[in-house]
Amino acid sequence: MRKENRWKDAGAEEMKDKKERETIHRQGMPEQDPKLRTRNFDEVPLGYTEEMAVAEAKRCIQCKKPLCIGGCPVDVDIPGFIKLIAEGNFSGAARRLKETNCLPAVCGRVCPQEDQCEKICILGRKGEPVAVGRLERFAADYERESGNITVPEIARSTGKKVAVVGAGPAGLTIAGDLVKLGHEVTIFEALHKAGGVLVYGIPEFRLPKKIVEAEVDYLKKLGVKIITNTVIGRLKTVDELFEEGFGAVFLGVGAGAPVFMHIPGENLSGIYSANEYLTRSNLMKAYRFPEYDTPIVRGKNVAVIGGGNVAMDSVRTALRLGAENAYIIYRRTEVEMPARIEEVHHAGQEGVQFKLLTNPVEYIGDKDGWVKEMKCLRMELGEPDESGRRRPVPIKDSEFVMDVDTVVVAVGTMANPIIPATTPGLETNRWGHVTVKDENCETSRRGVYAGGDIVTGSATVILAMGAGRKAARAIDEYLKS
Amino acid sequence: MRNAAVFFHFTFFILKFNIYINKFLCALCELCSERLRGDFALNKITEKFYLSENVVRMVLEAPEIAKKRKAGQFVVIMTDEKGERIPLTIADSDVEKGTITIIFQIVGKTTTCLAALNAGDNISGVQGPLGNPTEIDNFGTVVCVGGGVGVGVVYPIAVSLRKAGNRVVSIIGARNRDLLILKDEMKNTSDELIVTTDDGSYGFHGFVSGALQDMIDSDEKIDRIFAIGPVPMMQAICDVTRPYKIKTIVSLNPIMVDATGMCGACRVSVKGETKFACVDGPEFDGHEVDFNLLASRLRMYLNEERESMERCRCGRDER
Ligand SMILES: Cc1cc2nc3c(=O)[nH]c(=O)nc-3n(C[C@H](O)[C@H](O)[C@H](O)COP(=O)(O)OP(=O)(O)OC[C@H]3O[C@@H](n4cnc5c(N)ncnc54)[C@H](O)[C@@H]3O)c2cc1C
Ligand code: FES
Repeated sequence: MRKENRWKDAGAEEMKDKKERETIHRQGMPEQDPKLRTRNFDEVPLGYTEEMAVAEAKRCIQCKKPLCIGGCPVDVDIPGFIKLIAEGNFSGAARRLKETNCLPAVCGRVCPQEDQCEKICILGRKGEPVAVGRLERFAADYERESGNITVPEIARSTGKKVAVVGAGPAGLTIAGDLVKLGHEVTIFEALHKAGGVLVYGIPEFRLPKKIVEAEVDYLKKLGVKIITNTVIGRLKTVDELFEEGFGAVFLGVGAGAPVFMHIPGENLSGIYSANEYLTRSNLMKAYRFPEYDTPIVRGKNVAVIGGGNVAMDSVRTALRLGAENAYIIYRRTEVEMPARIEEVHHAGQEGVQFKLLTNPVEYIGDKDGWVKEMKCLRMELGEPDESGRRRPVPIKDSEFVMDVDTVVVAVGTMANPIIPATTPGLETNRWGHVTVKDENCETSRRGVYAGGDIVTGSATVILAMGAGRKAARAIDEYLKS
Repeated sequence: MRNAAVFFHFTFFILKFNIYINKFLCALCELCSERLRGDFALNKITEKFYLSENVVRMVLEAPEIAKKRKAGQFVVIMTDEKGERIPLTIADSDVEKGTITIIFQIVGKTTTCLAALNAGDNISGVQGPLGNPTEIDNFGTVVCVGGGVGVGVVYPIAVSLRKAGNRVVSIIGARNRDLLILKDEMKNTSDELIVTTDDGSYGFHGFVSGALQDMIDSDEKIDRIFAIGPVPMMQAICDVTRPYKIKTIVSLNPIMVDATGMCGACRVSVKGETKFACVDGPEFDGHEVDFNLLASRLRMYLNEERESMERCRCGRDER
């Protein structure tokens, strides 16, 4: 009798909870006003308050068989950390996240959740999915700001040494995982700062650099050694790393070589690759010139070629550097744009002008070699190509000219050839990407593993991290055998 | 904000302290101290002196680079956290002492600040060796032409060419006698040295290209020429050698950022194709280089450089 009653009560409670849950809407993200934010480089989304986070976390129905985890490349225990937030245990939530994701503050900001966990959240079928990314960001920020960062247990030293080449998300992840397993890990980074694209590519207003620095510091606390200013392939080769006593080498060198379109006038002054434009602004802090020494052209009419995240980051940077007209020039339509919807939306809010179905064919310079005009063709969509997207075809006699003084070419990246060229026996595919045998990230060279953009071509932070995680397991096995 | 700064200085201090202790404990283990530097990779200046009024020779601690570098390669230097990344050719190295030598002309903010530092000071980072080494072989008779600070760049190449068994004739020039650098060093590494000054205050009165033309006119057989200096000088040398089809190698100095092939700031046009000087160069066949493009891209930040200089507080020290 009593037992039955208890069940009944529990049932009623659950019903009440469900009712309550259904009345809560997905919590919006507070953001900086579009008019104000184009005049600064501060972060655009401001983050949830505690109340908002708890309210949002309570929307999660804690599925018995959560689909969302399957959508996450690093298998974060999503219902688990959300439950902790709902209970008000924010630090606990952060710790739960860090069990599988060593960069939650980064992922909470830059992951395309709408294509991953949130895409398959059951709530999304009828209404709006749980805001997993925003909650992730909240928990990670809470922990960092509380200054109460716990360092997990490190296994006893195995006496084995691993060299990680490249300090991007792939390299940072594998370093964290391997150091926890008791291996001695050294990261060699070509630039003077660790972080890869997180420090040189993604702008401050989307990912504040102090967050990346905190994540890197955390790794150092775990015992990871980071040696900057070291280009592997130049200062030392992969083979020399083995000679120095490293038992395994992981290549996480990214897809860091810009693609140009090879059209006339592309080398005129004022024309940048997105990599250069963003590196100047982010890594070298040219937006704070002359406080920082590196300059950047502050164009009035800036055209950014491309429709991906990199193009959105570039065009929004141009606005913040004072552009009067900032254009996105993209040869297909908004539907085919590879950029995240949120980024396109933010760009639109800030006043970016979208010139779609448009393709540049030539740049025209002034007498001093500065770009002053861009000749374009209008396009229409034809038959689908290999990627399944409809191929843009030029419309006859549709040529027109735009006034521009700065152009940023953001049409993709290729693999950087330094490592393959200096590592005999390392196989690459026809695009120069390092080929791996299977999920384990093992390359054609024994003891050499690779992951992230250098294998997949430019992809996402979380996929690079996922590869780092898998390679960590494989290297651990390899070193034990 | 202030707390962060205090914290930063504190950790920095601890780190530095650690480096010293550890250096002391295992002075022999270079790898170790190298490691400990972590993100705070500092390089100490061990020597500095002025080769001329505005050209400085500086020796830096960089043991691994010293071991690895070859003629024709360069380093990227950052003087401090807020500084620019600038490429400078490695003029010399000493493996035993673990040092490299750079020679630079004071032209802008970064070089002014670098020149204001002294032996014992640290700079925030040296990355290298970068770029492809010079193709060294026994070509026969080679002519090494250096103009202005370019003499510092051509010097290590002349040394290597001599070692490889070439007959090395060097032609070095400057605007006037006081601006000539490395005259004795070049003399020691060459079978023959010709010195020119634009104003005739020393040696041959005229340009290096004129001296080279004279040499060609004297029917001396030349197998290869290496010409390094200001863009107009390299262009003039290439104009002299083109009709005779003498292979002329030039070393290009475009603006760079990462110097690892990641950004394309350094793009140059060679034989109508776009190349990245930092990874495909810095040396190219001069007859195929578009020098006008190089010159105009080098002017891209003139206004900003001026602005930077006006703000610059690094006074020129006495020498
Ligand atoms: C502007 C921009 C915006 C982006 N926005 C997003 C986003 O919003 N969300 C998202 O998920 N993804 C985004 N991406 C993609 C994402 O950043 C990458 O997929 C991810 O960083 C790849 O990680 P990685 O570790 O493979 O390589 P990288 O981050 O590229 O890091 C590689 C590191 O290796 C170093 N290196 C290279 N060669 C050598 C060498 N020879 N020796 C030593 N070190 C070397 C490089 O200097 C670099 O630090 C963006 C990319 C860009 C460029
Ligand atoms: S300097 Fe960036 S690619 Fe050469």
